[in-house]
Amino acid sequence: MKDIITGKAYVVGDSIDTDQIIPAIHLVYSMTVPEERQFYGRYALCGLPDGQQGIPEGNVPFTAPDKYKSDFTFVIAGTNFGCGSSREHAPFALQEAGSEVVIAESYARIFYRNAVDGGFVIPFETRVRLIDQIKTGDELTLDTKTGILINVTSGIEFLLDPLGDVAEILKCGNVFEYARRAGLMA
Amino acid sequence: MAQTITQKILAQHSGRARVTPGENIWIDVDILMTHDVCGPPTIGIFKREFGESAKVWDKDKLVILPDHYIFTEDPHARRNIEILREFAKEHDLPHYFDVGTSRYKGVCHIALAEEGFNRPGNVLFGTDSHTCTSGAFGLFSTGVGNTDAALIMGTGKIWVKVPETMRFVFEGDLPPYLMAKDLILSVIGDIGFEGGTYKTLEFDGKAVFDLSMEERMTLTNMAIEAGGKNGIIAPDEKTFEYVRARTDHGFDPVYGDAGATFFSERVYDVSKMEPVVAKPHRPDNLANVSEVAGTKLDRAYIGSCTGGKIEDFMAAASILEGNEVRIDTFVVPASSEVTRQLRERTMNGKTIWQVFLDAGCKMGHASCGACLGGPVDTFGRTHGTEVVISTTNRNFPGRMGSKQAAVYLASPLTVAASAIHGTITDPREVLV
Repeated sequence: MKDIITGKAYVVGDSIDTDQIIPAIHLVYSMTVPEERQFYGRYALCGLPDGQQGIPEGNVPFTAPDKYKSDFTFVIAGTNFGCGSSREHAPFALQEAGSEVVIAESYARIFYRNAVDGGFVIPFETRVRLIDQIKTGDELTLDTKTGILINVTSGIEFLLDPLGDVAEILKCGNVFEYARRAGLMA
Repeated sequence: MAQTITQKILAQHSGRARVTPGENIWIDVDILMTHDVCGPPTIGIFKREFGESAKVWDKDKLVILPDHYIFTEDPHARRNIEILREFAKEHDLPHYFDVGTSRYKGVCHIALAEEGFNRPGNVLFGTDSHTCTSGAFGLFSTGVGNTDAALIMGTGKIWVKVPETMRFVFEGDLPPYLMAKDLILSVIGDIGFEGGTYKTLEFDGKAVFDLSMEERMTLTNMAIEAGGKNGIIAPDEKTFEYVRARTDHGFDPVYGDAGATFFSERVYDVSKMEPVVAKPHRPDNLANVSEVAGTKLDRAYIGSCTGGKIEDFMAAASILEGNEVRIDTFVVPASSEVTRQLRERTMNGKTIWQVFLDAGCKMGHASCGACLGGPVDTFGRTHGTEVVISTTNRNFPGRMGSKQAAVYLASPLTVAASAIHGTITDPREVLV
């Protein structure tokens, strides 16, 4: 886990379900074959309805058409991010697009677990309604050790919640390394 | 200290006498299920982490049920089934239910029940959020991603945070116009679709134990729609009878202790409840059918793990028999066994299959179908601005294909009544 992460914010609303993060029609692509897995980056967050793609404007695609990588390092969300299906393709798609961090007020359980155990994106939580204070395109800097998030564009600073129990798994990189250290696998 | 049924099952599987909500523990898994969407990436991760020639931890405990993208020409989807087939062959897996053979089952959660893999007291994980369905049999079951499934595939173990339990007690006699779908949609509407996040939803009370196993599965199936980790119902004689008819495998039923602590408790009198729908685009967007009656519809859909069981079709047929649908109505049996029964069971001298055909329904093959959209050629998938009433379990934007479509979730009775009117209709208007 990097100590300092900087980049642009992509802001979405409440209850973004996994069908919006990666629509089911795209789940057919291989997650290992490089020519196919890049489509997860292309289609990440393409299920967001019109008007809700990168708020407040609402018409900013997360990944530009014909691109495989997104310009946005941070996804900033409201409550219950990642609800719905258990598809691990959801946090994988965000990582494949080049995102490193999601900051939400709350998560659906399986998305959170997948993000951590697979080591795809770091799921920070905050009690602050960041989606009202950060705009899509704002430049952010996050210190993952202290949880201090600075909106460089506006100059406002926020303190995120500690990662808690899952910090150990995130430090290991994924659940396999964590299980190895626990002596559960070779 | 007294423990809930969920705590006791988790404690037993971690080799401990008791566990406390909030604790993270490693547990042993009895059954791992995967399907065609998440199986191939799970296999990829398993090989990456354990080696190309690694063996699964226990091949009798791995169940692979292709069910999502089956009847499609999509080349990637077909390739994914080939990956499952190769893996099953390579590992000589006894519980692979291949497409295009007489072993093909259909929707994994229903097939797990039909094939006797849901055993009281067990721990079952699956790469599908609706794996919580199996909890109707008094076991701990929940959905995980590919990474966690790959870890189980290699070690038979997984870490879990012990959940607190929300208890829902249903008292009274269920009126003939209500089904389990009305009860669970009401719960989700009441607590909100993140009201159960990280929690167990335990269902109890006379009205629950009056339900058949299939109807109980509708309750536990949708625990995830309130964010729940698992749904569970204590086992009883109906459970044992169902399981024993389908497997010789032994099991040890587990019950909650008297005096166990619950996070919350809600009591419902089912005799006073109403037929309900979840309006677009959230499963907790609850309304009584009477509040939205008359809403114009383009399509009806009867199918899925929550609404495509034989009893769901018997209920729908009781309304459709002798009537004609006014809107496109798609019927998708959850499993091959359900299809077989639709062709065997009769109503007024006609098979149930014929009842649907005569009513003007379009009949599909056993699979997940359009419940989750899927490839463009999926039977019943939305492609435009359709307004749909469906027996499925999710109505997020784009869930059934098109993100411009609007989906109402309802019981098979309400969907059938609405199909013959072309507008949302209270089943009491048509039930005789």
